[in-house]
Amino acid sequence: MNEKVLMKGNEAIAEAAIAAGCRHFFGYPITPQTEVAAYMSKRMPKIGGVYLQAESEVASINMVLGAGAAGVRVMTSTSSPGISLMAEGISYIAGSDVPCLIVNVQRGGPGLGGIQPSQADYFQATKSTAHGDFHILVFAPSTVQETVDMISTAFDLGDKYRMPAMVLSDGMLGQMMEPVILPEAKDPDKDSKNWAVSGHGNKREHNVVNSLYINPQELEDLVKARFERYKIIQENHQMAEEYLADDADIIIVAYGSSSRVSRSAIDAARAQGIKVGMIRPITLWPFPEKFINKHIGHTKAFLSVEMSMGQMVDDVRLVVNGRAPVEFYGRTGGIIPTPKEVLEQIIRINGGVQ
Amino acid sequence: MTVKGERPHALTKAPFHYCPGCTHGIVHRLVAEVIDELGIEGKTVGVASVGCSVFTYNYFNCDMVQAPHGRAPAVATGVKRARPENVVFTYQGDGDLAAIGMGETVHAAARGENIVAIFINNAIYGMTGGQMAPTTLPGQVTQTTPYGRDVKTAGNPIRVCELLSSLDGVALAERVTVDSVKNVRVAKKAIKKAFEYQIAGKGYCIVEVVSTCPTNWGMSPADAIQWLRDNMLPYYPLGVYKDVGEGEQ
Repeated sequence: MNEKVLMKGNEAIAEAAIAAGCRHFFGYPITPQTEVAAYMSKRMPKIGGVYLQAESEVASINMVLGAGAAGVRVMTSTSSPGISLMAEGISYIAGSDVPCLIVNVQRGGPGLGGIQPSQADYFQATKSTAHGDFHILVFAPSTVQETVDMISTAFDLGDKYRMPAMVLSDGMLGQMMEPVILPEAKDPDKDSKNWAVSGHGNKREHNVVNSLYINPQELEDLVKARFERYKIIQENHQMAEEYLADDADIIIVAYGSSSRVSRSAIDAARAQGIKVGMIRPITLWPFPEKFINKHIGHTKAFLSVEMSMGQMVDDVRLVVNGRAPVEFYGRTGGIIPTPKEVLEQIIRINGGVQ
Repeated sequence: MTVKGERPHALTKAPFHYCPGCTHGIVHRLVAEVIDELGIEGKTVGVASVGCSVFTYNYFNCDMVQAPHGRAPAVATGVKRARPENVVFTYQGDGDLAAIGMGETVHAAARGENIVAIFINNAIYGMTGGQMAPTTLPGQVTQTTPYGRDVKTAGNPIRVCELLSSLDGVALAERVTVDSVKNVRVAKKAIKKAFEYQIAGKGYCIVEVVSTCPTNWGMSPADAIQWLRDNMLPYYPLGVYKDVGEGEQ
């Protein structure tokens, strides 16, 4: 097993991707993900990999499409405004059934917004990444170690289901340092994808990677087949952590950085005798419905805590579906809620402290 | 019996969807003949762009990937960087290459990306029904320049080969046309040289083919060829704008 090392979140993303056998990185500079690209530019040339700084996020995501179509493990990383620019490419990648990894180290928006941590891209990641009927896998780690572990899972599931995967980080997780154990390094695999465009070598029919289907019936059939795959993913790959949830009267639903704050608030509330727990989604798509459904009945209220004006709360409400009240607390624009603020919300929902 | 006009192996049996008199068919054939002659079909990857030529993935027998509008140079960059041993070409129209994809084109060229761009310049958007293109001539009537392209408001056409030839990463920038047997031969030679340069690792190669669009120009195929000679070629002179040469750099 590898030794424990102290790493910055963004650099850990890069090293974890290399350990997962990724040798192709295309990106464009943007704060607060810069360290991912800087780290890749240092490492890739030393290990026979490709680091290429594109002229825009529009170009980098299309380079990802090209390399992914050619059958190699490929990734890009950016921050919120960059994802908006990549939207077109992500739709084409999804529509062409090409796997890839996209990292979004979120910052405040809309527009140029700010450069401080945010979770305001939840809708974009899980529901409206770009035009057309499609989903991407979305992972939301809450520690540097979990980020490292998620990278290889994201690559593997992306390959398995031939779809883009996103790791949704934020400026706080990207910039902070924590001890991590890196996974054992895997060798790059260039040759296992029999659908890839890598030259037919006069041994097979030509492969075509494409998202254009002029015949509506053909397109509907294809989209439906893709949604059958999505159903399998929803059935098998929901991930969440439950924290003190089994006896909880109040369950906080929070992911990533806001779950770290919520955990502190929960500990403080427990010390005051309030039975509060947490469901921490690790996959945002598929949304971990099973974990919420499990706690319907004993839970008197749910509280979605986010660094946004309230986006994931919609999914919590859809799952709870009127079976319990669903409340929301959030800060936005790059502000991280404090444990004290979250504790106040817990006490308010609890009707004070007994 | 010797069959002279046999279909190149690098073309599939799918019938072209192109309009009568359109020059796409000739250029497809030239690319396919070059692929056959160089024996590279098995390692070639083509990048289809958006426009009339979007269906090239059905016509070429090599592996094909279809790119978003304008992004073919970026997609080709991804393929080539992932698989340097492959031969990678884009097939792009003027709207794709010189309007929405000009950023990707200039930067792929500036990087000296080791790819070939086959550039069809017919001065119009064909697939969407004849709108003004970045290469539409001054005064030319299109669906969106119904009074003729007024350069004061609609801007000036772009001469792509001249523009790109100033970039150090470009190995070959040549403008050809396919209006006559003689010019078809010149065009094929240019396309072949572009592929050979890529195999030799010389950098970005572009072959601009000044082409016709009888349907959207509103002309018969024969009139379109004449219009090309009278109007397109004076504005877009044929010739080699950059050629790093056969030798070692």
